[in-house]
Amino acid sequence: MSWEAVIGIETHVELRTDSKMFCGCPVDFGSEPNTNVCPVCLGLPGALPVPNEKAIEWTMRFGLALDCEITRESLFHRKNYFYADLPKNYQISQFDLPLCVGGHLDVITDAGERRIGITRVHLEEDTGKSTHLGEGGRIGSSGGALIDFNRSGIPLMEVVSEPDIRAPEEARAYAHELRSIVLALGVSDARLEEGSMRFDANISLRPEGSDGLGVKVEVKNMNSLRSLQRALAHEMERQAAVLDAGGTITLETRHWDEEAERTDAGRSKEESSDYRYFSEPDLVPLSVGGEEVESLRAGLPELPAETRARFAATGVEAVAARVLVATGLGPLQDDAVAAGAPPAEAAKWLTGEVTAHLNREGIQAGDVVLGGPDLAELIAMVASGDLSATAAKQVLDGVLAGEGSPRPVAETRDLIQIRDEGALAAAVAAVVEEHPDEMARIAAGDVKLVGFLVGRVMQATGGKADPRRVSELIQEQAAG
Amino acid sequence: MSDLADLTIGEAGRALRAGETSAAELLTAVRRRATMTEAQLHAYLTIDSSGAEAAAVAADEALARGDDFGPLHGIPIALKDNMVTRGVETTASSQILAGWHPPYDATVVTRLRAAGAVIVGKTNLDEFAMGSSTENSAYGATRNPWNPDTVPGGSSGGSAAAVAVGSALGALGSDTGGSIRQPASLCGVVGMKPTYGLVSRYGLIAFASSLDQIGPITRSVDDALAVLEAITGHDPEDATSYRGDLPSFRSHLDRGVNGLRIGVVTELAGQGTEPAVAAAFREMLDRLEAEGAEIKELSLPSTEYALSAYYLIAPAECSANLARFDGVRFGLRTEIGETVEDMMAATRRAGFGPEVTRRILLGTYALSAGYYDAFYGQAQKVRTLVIEDFASAYEQADVLVTPTSPTTAFEVGERTDDPLAMYLSDICTIPSNLSGDPGISIPIGLDDAGLPIGFQVLAPALGEPVMFQAARAVETLAGFQARPALASSEGAA
Repeated sequence: MSWEAVIGIETHVELRTDSKMFCGCPVDFGSEPNTNVCPVCLGLPGALPVPNEKAIEWTMRFGLALDCEITRESLFHRKNYFYADLPKNYQISQFDLPLCVGGHLDVITDAGERRIGITRVHLEEDTGKSTHLGEGGRIGSSGGALIDFNRSGIPLMEVVSEPDIRAPEEARAYAHELRSIVLALGVSDARLEEGSMRFDANISLRPEGSDGLGVKVEVKNMNSLRSLQRALAHEMERQAAVLDAGGTITLETRHWDEEAERTDAGRSKEESSDYRYFSEPDLVPLSVGGEEVESLRAGLPELPAETRARFAATGVEAVAARVLVATGLGPLQDDAVAAGAPPAEAAKWLTGEVTAHLNREGIQAGDVVLGGPDLAELIAMVASGDLSATAAKQVLDGVLAGEGSPRPVAETRDLIQIRDEGALAAAVAAVVEEHPDEMARIAAGDVKLVGFLVGRVMQATGGKADPRRVSELIQEQAAG
Repeated sequence: MSDLADLTIGEAGRALRAGETSAAELLTAVRRRATMTEAQLHAYLTIDSSGAEAAAVAADEALARGDDFGPLHGIPIALKDNMVTRGVETTASSQILAGWHPPYDATVVTRLRAAGAVIVGKTNLDEFAMGSSTENSAYGATRNPWNPDTVPGGSSGGSAAAVAVGSALGALGSDTGGSIRQPASLCGVVGMKPTYGLVSRYGLIAFASSLDQIGPITRSVDDALAVLEAITGHDPEDATSYRGDLPSFRSHLDRGVNGLRIGVVTELAGQGTEPAVAAAFREMLDRLEAEGAEIKELSLPSTEYALSAYYLIAPAECSANLARFDGVRFGLRTEIGETVEDMMAATRRAGFGPEVTRRILLGTYALSAGYYDAFYGQAQKVRTLVIEDFASAYEQADVLVTPTSPTTAFEVGERTDDPLAMYLSDICTIPSNLSGDPGISIPIGLDDAGLPIGFQVLAPALGEPVMFQAARAVETLAGFQARPALASSEGAA
């Protein structure tokens, strides 16, 4: 049978506010364990939570970016379960009155653009982090556990999608677009590998064309966009095989094992806790006025979809516009264009050489040592004939390596093209003289040999001649 | 001057400023009283000798150089042991916190220190403030200084007994369902629960967060005012702390009751009330009327359900509040079992007493899927009704009055096997915890057995000025001067 996937995604994003969700401890990564803690985030007797207004504002902004309604009077609830790294043994979260409800996100895949519904965006606190020690560092054996509460109480924004996603590729595109919005709003660094942005997916299958819903499986532990897509593709295959064989799917949580490329069953959902939610009596309802919502909406930055549309309108190709936004190189594109670079040309450099540089070095767009004016200058130097395309790449390498701006780099590296017609003509004449036979064959119509002679001239000039002009000169001479 | 330990805070303050005594002498006096009475009373769990001595010396030095921090300057004050004190053991009378030395001070403690108060020690309570007799303490019961065969009430029984006997001049208690007012009534002292949000709960070990409120236990209405003024005010560490401007609590104090509309809550002044309590209550009403007050009977029909609602809401909140006592980060930890969960379960089983366990189980059940609507959800609706009932009552009356407790102090052990009888001790005090309104208990007399009777004045939220106005009139009319038999530094008879 042909199966269709029904996928919904829960995304957790750690907000990079200055302080934690309910206390003044810094949100700081890489500190010594248990140094960013206080009575509140350690859940000591008598301590009380005080909500972080910045985190609330950021979550509302994020909801507005997804076209959500902002709940005028929302509530925090206690979610009760016992776990060693949850200090109070309840998590302050939101239940039936989350900050934001009912938005959507348009995602683009090769199959086109689709609108994915957003059920809700809410705010909660993160837990501490357990490290289980075993003999020889083995996880899960009897060597005890260490808990670091530095993460305890960091604001965690949860975004729940409707089960509108129909394919693993679309799930990846959704996650990708969500991440782009997080980055555009600057509310988190959204580093998947480090867990500051995490995805859980619910997936079920149904016969293609059916409106019913199958039994769903929750898939966890996917720490990259690629593993999200792979895990879901794998889970689709697994479920299809079970169903095709006449079996039934078990409602359960499965963990993606990246190395083994399979999902493994975790705890069964039927055994999952009753969280005994009730409204958090230590906090008062969050009231938001219409004016505040409108002012937050007005203050939203340009969103990825808008940025892409704006780039496309300046002549940048759709694919390049997507890459510019995805890599975070959009601001550099704007700076380069402002400094006089033709948009399509700037985008070509940024999505080509510069993106390759990011990937090679494993760095973020913000870490690049290249200014918009540098890129504009480089493009202008190519356009004026000062640099060959090959030389321009070398100059860019120099700029990216921190050697300076393009012209000084080109001069230091001696890459400026010979633009003196006399000098160029002399170099051509010398090569022509050495190759009378070839010139004769060119004159007879064997134009392929032009390239050979151009190469000779380039060699003789140390690559600084403009190959186009050299080619013209050789053909003129052969014709002459 | 008879004995410094028998002074009110006001009297002690005047003596201090007149140079007739010192903070050090006041401290010595209350500690001598404690030495004479603790063996029989057990009001204290911890006496912080070095901390108190240092504070008394500092208070005397400050006064000597002209720094006067106000009415509590140099005054020995006791703290209920569910308020955390930096470096001083805080247990909430539970085995599960045995030996815990908090790394921080509760906001009320910080404020008392800033007001120059000398913190004598930590007083006994029913474990985690759950109880009405101070018998549910893992460290042994507190006895009533008027008759050590009877209970002091609870859960702030240690604070009430200490103030009554003179081992502190004033104390802080916490009131979740009457835990300040009921023991104050049973011990013949003044106990006041402020409007919810007026006093910061930061550093108060939570029982039921939406009901808990810290307040003063003292020997006079004036003293209650002095302590209240030192501890109120917005606290950024408590999100439920009141942010608005505070009324002057004294603005109506000396207005008398002429023309004051006093509502008598029919449901809380009748059946179940001991005859002596009812008689003293009625007599006070007559005197108030004679002073020109307008006495009217009012009905609060929802109070019939208030007790049931309270015993769902408070346990539900406590089931979550007490979840943090798991042996992982502080306090008691049993042997590590097979799993962390085993250790948590064993620690909790070993660390919590029977009443606490009962309430955690009740609350967990009330919040469970399938039961939430019938229990917790329904209780919240009753709470709304109680609030509405009070609101309409306060359209007809400026204050409401009831006996604080239907009975005077009962015998030790009398109600320990009957939780429901024990729960009824708080029938008159619980409704105003549900509504978040202020209330105060003032001693008005003794029954035939020589046990104190308390009179409760309730007012709407932030109605402290009118509440104190009525309370002052009641205090004056009662002229209650009796002292408990044990209140002597000469040694037990």
